[in-house]
Amino acid sequence: MSGPVLAQAAGGKAAPARPVRRPSPAGMLPVVAGLAALALFLPIGQRGAEGAAVTWLGHPMALLFLLGAALCVGTGRSAVTPMRSAVMELAAVLLAWALPFHLLGEGFDLGRAWGMWLFLVAATVLLWRVLAVFSAVPGALRSAVVPGLFGLGLLAGWEVVVRGFSVPFILLPAPSAILATTAAQAPVLWADFYQTVVKSVLRGYLIGCGAGFAVAILADRVPFLARGLLPLGNVASAIPIVGIAPIMVMWFGFDWQSKAAVIVVMTFFPMLINTLAGLAASERIQIDLMRSYAAGYWRTLALLRLPNALPFLYNGLKINSTLALIGAIVAEFFGTPVVGMGFRISTEVARMNLDIVWATIVVAALTGSLFYGGLALLERATTAWHPSMRRR
Amino acid sequence: MTTRVGVTVGERLLPLGVTLLAVLVLWYAGTLWLNGPQAAEMLNRAGTDWGAMDFARRAFTMPRPLLPTPDQILVELHKSVTGYPLTNVRNLLYHAGVTAGAALTGLGLGVLLGIVLAAGIVHVKVLEHSLLPWVIASQTIPILAIAPMVVVILGNAGLTGLMPKALICMYLCFFPITVGMVKGLRAADPLWLDLMRTYSAGAATTFWKLRTPASLPYLFASLKVSVAISVVGAIVAELPTGGQAGIGTRLLSGSYYGQTIQIWSALVMAALLSMALIGVVRVAETVVVRQAGAR
Repeated sequence: MSGPVLAQAAGGKAAPARPVRRPSPAGMLPVVAGLAALALFLPIGQRGAEGAAVTWLGHPMALLFLLGAALCVGTGRSAVTPMRSAVMELAAVLLAWALPFHLLGEGFDLGRAWGMWLFLVAATVLLWRVLAVFSAVPGALRSAVVPGLFGLGLLAGWEVVVRGFSVPFILLPAPSAILATTAAQAPVLWADFYQTVVKSVLRGYLIGCGAGFAVAILADRVPFLARGLLPLGNVASAIPIVGIAPIMVMWFGFDWQSKAAVIVVMTFFPMLINTLAGLAASERIQIDLMRSYAAGYWRTLALLRLPNALPFLYNGLKINSTLALIGAIVAEFFGTPVVGMGFRISTEVARMNLDIVWATIVVAALTGSLFYGGLALLERATTAWHPSMRRR
Repeated sequence: MTTRVGVTVGERLLPLGVTLLAVLVLWYAGTLWLNGPQAAEMLNRAGTDWGAMDFARRAFTMPRPLLPTPDQILVELHKSVTGYPLTNVRNLLYHAGVTAGAALTGLGLGVLLGIVLAAGIVHVKVLEHSLLPWVIASQTIPILAIAPMVVVILGNAGLTGLMPKALICMYLCFFPITVGMVKGLRAADPLWLDLMRTYSAGAATTFWKLRTPASLPYLFASLKVSVAISVVGAIVAELPTGGQAGIGTRLLSGSYYGQTIQIWSALVMAALLSMALIGVVRVAETVVVRQAGAR
């Protein structure tokens, strides 16, 4: 929150006396050129694992990629605005990153293709330069395009390194291989998703958060209860509640009931604490105003205190969204019908079928992100009026 | 003085005491309810007549109860802690030590990674806009679910024992540290930042002499969260390693053999470990923050 204020205060006053020294984007271009020039003298791959090394000059297509990238950067230099030259440079980066995919497609082995890797390093430095220009612009470019390009770069780097160095499948499969497995195993993954998320997580989450909320309202009416429960809640946040999973499996059986029970216990206290904190967030003067309107407890709660508590409620709901997924999956390690994401992970790991494990992880990651993102969107839609949402 | 003591007792201890008492009563009632059928069956099999007292005594002293009583758990804890030497695998403290080792190693790595990331994010604008969203997204992934796979994969790569567990703890720990430190490193008063500028201090000097001390309270707040998460991470990471040592292993073997008392005592030990580590952080906080000159 204080970031922009601080930057303005510090930068605005002192800028004339002592310009802030940042790694200037312009200074990076010679680095890029130097790296690319050095790369020219090194091989770009071998035909097959035993074949002779191929240089840039021995592969006309590779030279075309190089020339294209250089041309893009050159055109960018003469562009009118930094933004336009950044876009041209982005095109150069994309061209450069397409080269290894082209070579891999032709069956090249990139294990000792140091020219190739150096070229990619140069392209990455160039990408950094582009991101520096983009992130100076507020708006969608900064909040969506910059992280998007960064993530895309990570994915591309993962793919190229895994395939280029032929990393064993057991250690780390390429993203494309994981995606292919996800598509091929869709029915199995869907059954697991249904068992774990729809049956266990949603029910446990709703019951746990509902109970935490209800008890918080009760504790708000009976302060004695609040003073007794709050220390317990603080202790509960310090202890590893996931550990009750084997007990719950013993009590409630292998099916979704035991997982939901674990989730209920895990999510109860965060919701309780956050709701109590939220109910305390209304100011004395606001409550006094409600009293002067002759509003009773419930009316004050519904019209003033709950709306004011919304940011806290969402905080609890968001924390619990991740906790619920973890609780369900970990509880499935202790026993489950032969379906479910935790079951899939633990059994397929033992059988070394790591591709389906990775596919399950992709599903879990997507579920977690969508759950969290959905809550964040809902929060933005329902608490846009709240002071904590200003200046964003 | 007496009034102040009276207020604390009335406002704090009394509600807490009543709540704890209620939990205990409910616990014993639950023991009766859950172990009742099993206890009744055992008494019937014995053949002799039995009354309510016999029934209660039976339900409270089952060898493998569905829900053990608190005194059973305490006896088991006491026995396993004092009955064997510290290096024996039957000593629960030994397992707690193994878990604590992994958790603390992971915490150390996580703190290092978190601080480096935070320093980068605070100083390099590109990182703030490109990396921070992914740091946040990384936490919506249920990483604990991946723990067994990480352990197996790292085992294939030749890493066994402490390191795989520590790496999982690291992944869990770095997030609160990063977020807390980004806030903390920016928490320095703008006036002080200007003062540093008038001293012609560079970014490095400002970082070490102003930003770091100013961020200490944030660091310790994050550390308390991270320690608790780290213990959870270490325990879950111990689940798939099977048959070695650690609180997680005790949980798993207890669940395999139906040793409920063992599970509960391992759980209590995990809670104690977690609270003890948080206590250590709290002590370190008072010492360090006082040294750094905070009021």
